[in-house]
Amino acid sequence: MNSQLRRAVGTAVVGALGISTLAACGGESKDSGSGDGSKSRTVTLVSHESFAASEAVLKEFTRQTGYTVKVLKSGDAGTALNKEILTKGSPQGDVFFGVDNTLLSRALDNDLFTPYEAKGLDQVVQEVQLDADKHRVTPVDTGDICVNYDKKFFADKKLAPPKTFADLAKPEYRNMLVVENAATSSPGLGFLLGSVGEYGESGWQGYWKRLKDNGVKVVDGWEQAYNEEFSGSAGGKKAGADRPLVVSYASSPPVEVLYSDPQPTEAPTGVATGTCFRQIEFAGLLEGAKNEAGGKALLDFLISKKFQEDMPLNMFVNPVIKDAKLPELFTEHGAVIEKPETVAADAIAKNREQWVRSWSSLVVK
Amino acid sequence: MVLARREVVGSLRGNAARLGLMAGPVAFFAVFFAYPVAAIVGRGLHTDGVWQFGRFGEVLGRPDILSVLWFTTWQALASTALTLLIALPGAYVFARLDFPGKRLLRAVVTVPFVLPTVVVGSAFLALLGRGGLLDELWGIRLDTTVWAILLAHVFFNYAVVVRTVGGLWSQLDPRQEEAARVLGAGRFAAWRRVTLPALVPSLAAAALMVFLFTFTSFGVVQILGGPSFSTLEVEIYRQTADFLDLPTAAVLTLVQFAAVGAVLAVHAWTVRRRESALRLVDPVRTARPPRGTAQWAMLGGVLATVLVLLLAPLAVLVERSFDTAGGHGLDHYRELGTVDPAGGAFLVAPIEAVWNSLQYALAATAIALAVGGPAAAALTRRAGRLVRGFDALLMLPLGVSAVTVGFGFLITLDEPPLDLRASWILVPLAQALVGVPFVVRTMLPVLRAVDERLREAAAVLGASPLRAWREVDLPLVRRALLVAAGFAFAVSLGEFGATVFIARPDNPTLPVAVARLLGRPGELNYGQAMALSTILMVVCAAALLLLERVRTESTSEEF
Amino acid sequence: MTLLELRGVTVRFGPRTALDTVDLQVAEHEIVCLLGPSGSGKSTLLRAVAGLQAVDAGRVLLGGADQAGVPVHRRGVGLMFQDHQLFPQRDVGGNVAFGLRMRGAERGEQARRTDELLRLVGLPGAQKRSVAALSGGEQQRVALARALAPEPRLLMLDEPLGQLDRGLRERLVVELRGLFGRLGTTVLAVTHDQGEAFALADRVVVMRDGRIAQAGTPLEVWQRPASPFVARFLGFENVVAATVGGAAADTVWGKLPVPDGSPQGARTLLVRPDGVRITDPSQGLRCTVESRTFRGTHVAVRLRPDDGPELEAECSLAQAPEEGASVGVVFAADEVVVLGPDEGLKGVRRRREQTLQGGRSFLDRVDEGDA
Repeated sequence: MNSQLRRAVGTAVVGALGISTLAACGGESKDSGSGDGSKSRTVTLVSHESFAASEAVLKEFTRQTGYTVKVLKSGDAGTALNKEILTKGSPQGDVFFGVDNTLLSRALDNDLFTPYEAKGLDQVVQEVQLDADKHRVTPVDTGDICVNYDKKFFADKKLAPPKTFADLAKPEYRNMLVVENAATSSPGLGFLLGSVGEYGESGWQGYWKRLKDNGVKVVDGWEQAYNEEFSGSAGGKKAGADRPLVVSYASSPPVEVLYSDPQPTEAPTGVATGTCFRQIEFAGLLEGAKNEAGGKALLDFLISKKFQEDMPLNMFVNPVIKDAKLPELFTEHGAVIEKPETVAADAIAKNREQWVRSWSSLVVK
Repeated sequence: MVLARREVVGSLRGNAARLGLMAGPVAFFAVFFAYPVAAIVGRGLHTDGVWQFGRFGEVLGRPDILSVLWFTTWQALASTALTLLIALPGAYVFARLDFPGKRLLRAVVTVPFVLPTVVVGSAFLALLGRGGLLDELWGIRLDTTVWAILLAHVFFNYAVVVRTVGGLWSQLDPRQEEAARVLGAGRFAAWRRVTLPALVPSLAAAALMVFLFTFTSFGVVQILGGPSFSTLEVEIYRQTADFLDLPTAAVLTLVQFAAVGAVLAVHAWTVRRRESALRLVDPVRTARPPRGTAQWAMLGGVLATVLVLLLAPLAVLVERSFDTAGGHGLDHYRELGTVDPAGGAFLVAPIEAVWNSLQYALAATAIALAVGGPAAAALTRRAGRLVRGFDALLMLPLGVSAVTVGFGFLITLDEPPLDLRASWILVPLAQALVGVPFVVRTMLPVLRAVDERLREAAAVLGASPLRAWREVDLPLVRRALLVAAGFAFAVSLGEFGATVFIARPDNPTLPVAVARLLGRPGELNYGQAMALSTILMVVCAAALLLLERVRTESTSEEF
Repeated sequence: MTLLELRGVTVRFGPRTALDTVDLQVAEHEIVCLLGPSGSGKSTLLRAVAGLQAVDAGRVLLGGADQAGVPVHRRGVGLMFQDHQLFPQRDVGGNVAFGLRMRGAERGEQARRTDELLRLVGLPGAQKRSVAALSGGEQQRVALARALAPEPRLLMLDEPLGQLDRGLRERLVVELRGLFGRLGTTVLAVTHDQGEAFALADRVVVMRDGRIAQAGTPLEVWQRPASPFVARFLGFENVVAATVGGAAADTVWGKLPVPDGSPQGARTLLVRPDGVRITDPSQGLRCTVESRTFRGTHVAVRLRPDDGPELEAECSLAQAPEEGASVGVVFAADEVVVLGPDEGLKGVRRRREQTLQGGRSFLDRVDEGDA
């Protein structure tokens, strides 16, 4: 009833603005109400632009639990999280997905989430459980930020592609690397943190000085780096790009294969496996969620085998549960990252802004 | 005595009618603009129960912020100067010369203005960057230099100058210049001493609008400038969306607000001065086929500029959309119609984005007309400071960051009866904020040009004010209304910032879908992004071309 | 000495010929008025002389020098526009001094001349006034001062008094003529008002369809219109087809006397209203008085004969018959003019004849035809 009243008022406001006709043509699919009310059968998932799940899997969730998922997406990971912080206590939905280990402390410090130990957490590998004692957030996926290389370029040059952070600063790879701005781009920040993990809090600046002397190029976002500067991408080829090394994801090569027509037998790009930083993405039950029960059910579902196995081809990330099977595409073209760099979440929380600032003045200015 | 009282009642009724007309727009701006923006600024500056005005000194004393302020200002000034310099010959050619394909060309040069920067950024790189036209011809690369930013600003704002200045220019009596010629002035002297002074108000108006757009430039600076350039708008976005440093963002928002407010005040002043005693003539009579070397050279120069600066980047997009693995073909377009078998970022065929965009744009257009129409009607009759302030208020959304409005929405529209955060209507509402100024700017000159005596004649014949408006004004402004609707439509079609920022169910608009495709590796994604961009461009161009057909001949729209 | 000479000047706008091989000469210190209905090519002729309109064929000579290739601002001619085209962003002084500045005159010289000219046109001390605040007559004077200031060798006026009311117009015509006479200015003016032309000009040139229909002193043109077109343009309505034989002509109004030595055969006659004498109904052509219009010094009487088109007569108030009265009409030979053939297209002429028989105002037709 509350919901009906609210919808009526909403419609009245809209009508007062003289757009009643459009409200009508907006139709059922869009105006499905705000999904509140304790008895609601709708559970709302709030996330960033990159969230994706196949329809069949979401239907499966409804079949299992009776809840329908409504997804609200906007902005990138940082923006989406900041929006949740702003609306704390009066959240837009029930579950938030998309806070990663670089931003985790910000979410936890702001007490965004209601603790909940999701069913099936025992199946999740230990090293991604960064909030294991309080269960405010549940790990859902991991992704590795790594340098990708243009296979053809190195084959033509008869040059071995770089493997490690140290390789990137070597003279034979001069003027080859393009990275993203750590201040504005999530892979950019990940790569910076990777270098911190590799060289330590005292050594990373020296490493970046060497990279700079070796002609590293910085652009603002992944799209520019990958599509405009990287010679191994479709866009880069058209734009005559001349950088054969780019900071991207370990999953990028299989995705290159997936979105080519016809699909090549081998990915055109490869991964420098010693240059990776592991991102872990979490979900949590929002404080003040209107449909807490539904939210809990959704969290359970996010680490269920069904969802975990659906994830890789939708968001190009790796599952976190032990027995999830990777799709063939990933096993065939993906790289296995043995030892990704990690930085402790509280160290990131404490130093992130300082690191980004000194990185900016060191590399960008 | 009785008569006097009746007059008072009459004028009261007039004011009441005007207030009634203004009520809707004012309420709209109060709820969907002023309140959210004030709330987010308040959140930043009002902490622990105290207003933290000391923040101003703190933030504005930071050297990095100062350099952002300095860069923002000088690049806006330089962009404005460069745009005027490059677009003025264009304004002349479109105003004074008649040549085949003029309408089409005028529609085409307006396309960049309504295209989202995500789409154009890469195309523009193709012109200025590696292997670009300049690189091939002279080995010059301008990407990540400030020149890329300046030229892209020219690209986006060319149409503003051509339409605003050209609109007035085409209505200036050419015999003014002839009079000067006969009195012994050479061609250029006659232009400089007679036409230029007459154009000054519209030049000032155009310059101020270009300044406003470039001062608040976001995407262009991010994509083309690279990480070493940052405008106030970019900094506000960073502070808000990336760092959640609301106090700093609030200070910067207020600084930008003050700057934009000052620009708008000057703008209002010049517009008022423009209403001076220029005798205008029908533009149809002033345009002639080009004659003589000078005019042909001018036409050739303008066409070449348009070709290189405006059409080449757009053509690159189109070319790439056809460039498939197996040579040129329609594959990417066909792909748009299929659902990604792997799932991917789309649950539906990307082509659905066209339909989504059209729906959102239609809704935004309807809102913009519902708000802008009454606002323009209320502003028609010249009146006191209050109404002029209202005029400026309508323009303010153009100078406020989408992120500020978006975050403001989040913390204000969260309670009944206005819990709209999760509603689809928020997207068209935000788009309409940008569309309303265009509606008002387009309709106002036409409404003002309706002779008051026509309304009086209708009244004497027994028509009530509303009836008189319907019988007299409406038929006369119907075309302007269409033009306004078309502009609002095209602008919201290309709107990206607010759309991507507002949480909404998964039905991406065209620009959002393009951004999403560009955000993933793979040739097919890239090709489809180019194909969708081309579709967006064609839809925009078609809408604008339709406008050219209905364009009221005796009006000059202002931006 | 000839100042301006046009030789076979032709101007075309697409398929339309605005000026058709026009020859014209204007002597120094002469005031010439181009007279004709709108669309007859008068303004185009001025623009061609000024260089504002390119010439498709023929030559324009000023002081004997061919002006082809000489840009507008180097021709040294002045042009006063119909609606003055004062520069709204400059004050009166700025407008008047404009041409002097363009010629690089010193400031002192500019100020002196401006002052002198404003005195001359009767607006002393108006330098600082805004042109928007001027009345129509004042604007006209400022425009004149502005045109005269650089001392053009030829001053051209395009409908100089067109927008003013009648009283002001009549006074200004006299003033202008006096002024031009004193200054010795050579003037080429355009007007559609024959009264204005006759009052101002030494010589009148009647134009039609881009050609010169007649040129001569005002008296010559008035007394001996060259063609039915000119006659009708001058406001004469009693124009009728006739067959001249000896000293008489057969018309639909009966036999009319013509002056001695008139050309013979099929012609068109003009009977000036003066020559239509009203007498007793028993004499001459029987007519009914259709209307009487008081014209100040005389009464214009419209007469409807039993047969043929209406006639206009002029008589004193005392002699004017009542409306509806039956009268007789006789014609005076010295007020009858045997006209030459109309220049121009045959089709046009034929249509005009029909128009006449339709009994409608001729001038309306001319305007339509030439528009």
